[in-house]
Amino acid sequence: MKAPKSLTYLTYAAIIGFLVTLYMMFFYAPREVLMGEVQRIFYQHVAFGWWFSVAFAVTLLAGIMYLITRDLKWDRWAVAGAEVGIIFTLLNIASGSIWGKPAWNTWWTWDPRLTTATITLLLYIAYLMLRQSIESPTTRARFAAVYGIVSFISVPLTIFAIRIWRTIHPVVIGSGDPTAEGSFNMTQPMLITMLAHMALFGLIFAALLWHRYQLETEAAEVADLKTQLLLQS
Amino acid sequence: MNLRALFALVRKDLLHEYRSREIVIAMLVFAFLVMVIFNFALELNKTIRETVAVGVLWVTFVFAATLGLNRVFAAESDQTSLDGLLLAPIDRTIIFAAKFISTLIFVVLVQLIIVPLFSMFYSINLFDPLFLLTLFLGTVGYVIVGTLIAALALKSRSREILLPILLLPVSIPLMLAVVKAGKNILEGAEWALVRPGFSFVVAFDVIFIAVAIMTFDYLLED
Repeated sequence: MKAPKSLTYLTYAAIIGFLVTLYMMFFYAPREVLMGEVQRIFYQHVAFGWWFSVAFAVTLLAGIMYLITRDLKWDRWAVAGAEVGIIFTLLNIASGSIWGKPAWNTWWTWDPRLTTATITLLLYIAYLMLRQSIESPTTRARFAAVYGIVSFISVPLTIFAIRIWRTIHPVVIGSGDPTAEGSFNMTQPMLITMLAHMALFGLIFAALLWHRYQLETEAAEVADLKTQLLLQS
Repeated sequence: MNLRALFALVRKDLLHEYRSREIVIAMLVFAFLVMVIFNFALELNKTIRETVAVGVLWVTFVFAATLGLNRVFAAESDQTSLDGLLLAPIDRTIIFAAKFISTLIFVVLVQLIIVPLFSMFYSINLFDPLFLLTLFLGTVGYVIVGTLIAALALKSRSREILLPILLLPVSIPLMLAVVKAGKNILEGAEWALVRPGFSFVVAFDVIFIAVAIMTFDYLLED
């Protein structure tokens, strides 16, 4: 089975989009006065943070759709969302860490935002482990859908639970907590760069998601053909 | 809701436990071991003990309860009596409710023994009504999520390994709130400081009761 044409176009668009974001990050966006060059990683950091939430929402919605329709196609979207989401969460945490070393003078703090991201990561790693340990595709899809619902609910719960403690993570959009360390005022080019990153990383996200779905579909087809072959011989 | 069926199922679980003494004794011994290990692992002295007591108590219960939750559906799956249970003309939600109630009873039994012992060994007074209420509500939340996830892990190849991995991240927010609230209560903080954690625990319970009722049917389909 060949990948659909539109997926190929989307892939090229994502590659071009990524190059554009790299250019904007390094050359278009101005150098931040206080933090210097390291602030540039912020654009990717925010984009990863935004799209990993979307990825896990895909897992949730696809899981619910599977439970309603019982069409395994939705399960493939769910696993695609979880895997892309895990990669984006990892990159979000890593880029935040690289920024945190000079800004906060530590790679890691148990700040609420960082803790939430970590717990989210653990939840979806557990999701993949659950999938791996169930053989039957329909049982796997059903159970994974339920766990996808449970884990998606526990993300906002974690956010609420740790709001009991104060955050030092800067809030760039909207009025931030004045005690947050490392906040900065965005100039017009910075804002444009950030919005461009969020939009263009959407292309990368969509392309990865679709490729993963495509791969899963092909794997299911191969499994089907194998069974047919075994039945014939 | 069919209360008679619920009662019969809970009674069956309790009777089974009474005769085999499989879960409660194991949880109890394990909880006691964790308590002892923490004392030495953290090199607790009087002042440290007071600050970490609530956290240690919760970790003890979480580990012990996880041990028990591994066995929640064990009797059913080992003897394949789950099929019989599913054939019974009752709502699936009742099966879940019964499992939840009997597991809760087991965990509370363990707590009834461990809390006084903990008070004694860690020389900290835990007998504050509000603290015990928080402890109970937190336990309810943990057992709800635990029972749901025990049913999830049931069909997997490595049930015992998978259960804690699936369960612990989901219950982290509950732990955060319950430890925070419990610590504030024991320090004699006013209600305004205790309330956020306390209401969070109540909200967690309500949300996951709803989620469990909505999703449990899907787990027992075959």
